[in-house]
Amino acid sequence: MFLGTIIYALLNSAILAVMAIGFNLTFGISGVANFAYGAMYILSAYLSWMLLNLLEIPYGLSICVSLLVTMGVGALMYRFVLLRVRGQPLSEVIATFGIGLAILELFHYLGFVGFEYTLPVLIDEGFLIGETMVDWQRVLIAAAAGFLVAGLWAFTHHTRLGLAFRGIAQDERTALTLGIDSDRIAMLSVSLGCGLAALSATLIIPLGSISPSEGYEVLIKALAVCIIGGLGSTSGVIVASFVIGFAERFTDTYLSSHWTMIVSLAAILVVLVVKPSGLFGRQKELEERI
Amino acid sequence: MMAAAALLRVDSLYKTFGGILAITDLSFELAEGELLGFIGPNGSGKTTAVNLITGFVKPSQGAVIYRGRDITGLAAHAVVRLGISRTFQMVRPFYQLPAYKNMIIPLYSPRVKQLAGGRYGDRDAVALDLLEEVGFERDAQVAYKSAAALPQGYLKRLELAKAMALKPDLIILDELFSGLSLAEVASIVPIIEKLRKEGKTIIMIEHRLKELFRIADRVVVLNYGQKIAEGRAEEVMASEDVRKAYLGVEA
Amino acid sequence: MLYLLAPRLIPILAFLLLPLVLGTYWQKVFLSVAVFALLAISWDILAQSGMISLGQALFFGLGAYCSGVLNHTFGWHPLLALPAATLLGGLIGTVCLLPVLRLRGVYFSMVTLIIPLMLVRIVEATKIFGGTEGLSGIAPLPSKWLELYLIVGVLLGALFGFRRMFNSDYGLVLKGIKDNDRSVTNAGINVYWFKTQALFIASSIGALAGAFMTHVYMFVGMPVFALDYSILPIAAAVVGGPGTLAGATLGAVILVPLSEALRGIGGLRIVFYGCFLVVFIVALPEGIFHYVQRKYHQFERWVEVE
Repeated sequence: MFLGTIIYALLNSAILAVMAIGFNLTFGISGVANFAYGAMYILSAYLSWMLLNLLEIPYGLSICVSLLVTMGVGALMYRFVLLRVRGQPLSEVIATFGIGLAILELFHYLGFVGFEYTLPVLIDEGFLIGETMVDWQRVLIAAAAGFLVAGLWAFTHHTRLGLAFRGIAQDERTALTLGIDSDRIAMLSVSLGCGLAALSATLIIPLGSISPSEGYEVLIKALAVCIIGGLGSTSGVIVASFVIGFAERFTDTYLSSHWTMIVSLAAILVVLVVKPSGLFGRQKELEERI
Repeated sequence: MMAAAALLRVDSLYKTFGGILAITDLSFELAEGELLGFIGPNGSGKTTAVNLITGFVKPSQGAVIYRGRDITGLAAHAVVRLGISRTFQMVRPFYQLPAYKNMIIPLYSPRVKQLAGGRYGDRDAVALDLLEEVGFERDAQVAYKSAAALPQGYLKRLELAKAMALKPDLIILDELFSGLSLAEVASIVPIIEKLRKEGKTIIMIEHRLKELFRIADRVVVLNYGQKIAEGRAEEVMASEDVRKAYLGVEA
Repeated sequence: MLYLLAPRLIPILAFLLLPLVLGTYWQKVFLSVAVFALLAISWDILAQSGMISLGQALFFGLGAYCSGVLNHTFGWHPLLALPAATLLGGLIGTVCLLPVLRLRGVYFSMVTLIIPLMLVRIVEATKIFGGTEGLSGIAPLPSKWLELYLIVGVLLGALFGFRRMFNSDYGLVLKGIKDNDRSVTNAGINVYWFKTQALFIASSIGALAGAFMTHVYMFVGMPVFALDYSILPIAAAVVGGPGTLAGATLGAVILVPLSEALRGIGGLRIVFYGCFLVVFIVALPEGIFHYVQRKYHQFERWVEVE
């Protein structure tokens, strides 16, 4: 049982990392609060489902279309809403949260709740490690996690676009004087973040089913990973995913599933009180603490 | 003059910001009634030193002693209550409020209440008086203008008035003259001299050396976080190190 | 004189007289309006002091549970439990958020979002205070009229009382903290102490609202920490006009009956709140109250020139 818990903890960490990466790109790296992230995740899942089951479009194509549409929605959201409230972080939070809320509750109202709402697994079988059954889907997620995190790090440290993403968060004025179109970059950041949300949904939803309330959970988990790891730090995402992933899994096995969420939330609170910039965040003394 | 205990003593202050040593082994003393100039090239740590003294930033090492009492690491608002007041280099008033309403907040301070014997009195009237002292012409009703509409010269004076409202014993002025014309500087200097006559001790961080040297008693020079010279203005400017710091080393 | 007095008198009279003419169903809606108005005022007080709360449900729920437990488990009379729960709930809410007062505003907001969610799970997991079923059979207030006029009294008191406070020098300090807290610290004022005070006031108001509702519904359970109680006050304040308590009240007066009228469409309500929120934050951030206030003054001047 112990080995099984560890294996599942590792896989859980991967799931969390994949979930959080899009949010980290937008909020952590570019400094744009996108609290509609969970809604984008669910939106793309429902879109894929509808394309697959209602319009009978092949799954591969459905995923691609849904990804592009989600990215488009992200861009539109930036253009028409975020653009107007840029620079006032709390208005950004409220506005995007409002959008996310509207989308999620709309799906809830329209009745898209039930076990039939799920996405197909990409690889069906599983294999045994000792006595523990491990499914390939989860392994795929783990591989994706590694790939995405490494890719994100390379992107933000070694490509011009990635560096621009970081630039607008650090000092927008300077970025502008260097010829970086802050609004266009921010829009791209939101859009890409939503795309990553869509991608993670494609990978993770098959493990369960689509439900609007999961949208809130995704947002909170992504927030948890980013805050605990430290906004803007890729290595932080990795470490935080492990910390929360293991905490959740062990709580679930040895305590009860009720306490899982409590542990994650408590972890956020503890980190915020003790080291608000997160485990790996760079501490900006005069700004972070007064 | 050295027989009396120093009003402020800074003892081997160090400050590291995540790997960067911002202040190294800074020590100096300040006697009551002195006007000390704090100079040095940009980035030499002058504002950081002031932040360390006034409690906005905690030192990594070292001590700050004020009137014989160790105030190292004391919270900023507590330091103010002990009688040390400062201005900020980047002046940022409360823009939506008129100038005189900006003064209400310092006048609400517990220190002001303490000094006034427990009663605040009419803060608006006190505010207008204080602003007049720093040159807000009363008949032109400049004090009623919104802070957002005031030019830099007035904003600097507002900042000074806010520091003076707290009736401090030690005032630290961070680049008060920056951004001001010669005429504006000339009109502010009398205010500073009046403060000196009242017995206040003053530290002035400045880049405008000519104007500073006319009023400063002594000068401390910082470079890369270290004190490289201290003494009267003429002595200090004759020093080789100070020349190199400001003008650079010839290749 | 009348020009200034009228916009104040009319709402006061409306609030005092409406309960007499409304039917039972709409009286319940009226109660809801008053409660949400209080939550919106509480939100606005925090917002004006520089703290944006995404979890008014926290204060609401704390007050609700305090009053419910005091009555159910300890047998306190509602008229005793109510004020006690207000203070107790206010205190607990303040203590919960004290650790994050030192941090940047965004972190405060996130914590206010997280704590109610956590409390719900804790109640669910540990089954305390009735667990998932909650506590029922809680005593109501002695009379229906007392119910109505108590909350109206509190609302009007809070509205005018705290408006006064914010227009005074004390309020100026709080608004200064929101604008530039470094400057306020530099004035020798302990920013945390003031923030704590504002937090306690807002927390207590929210707790009062929650405690009150417990006695109206005679029940308290996990739903008191629901998202509804967090979102609607924000929407009300944003729509009505942030920065003035009257605006927050106006927002509640508009949104709560609207949402009741839309009750037929169930979950779509929240979709509307979300949309409203977004539209107003983006298009009319000053809120309806400020807009109307401006127009009112302009109109008056126009008439005088005649």
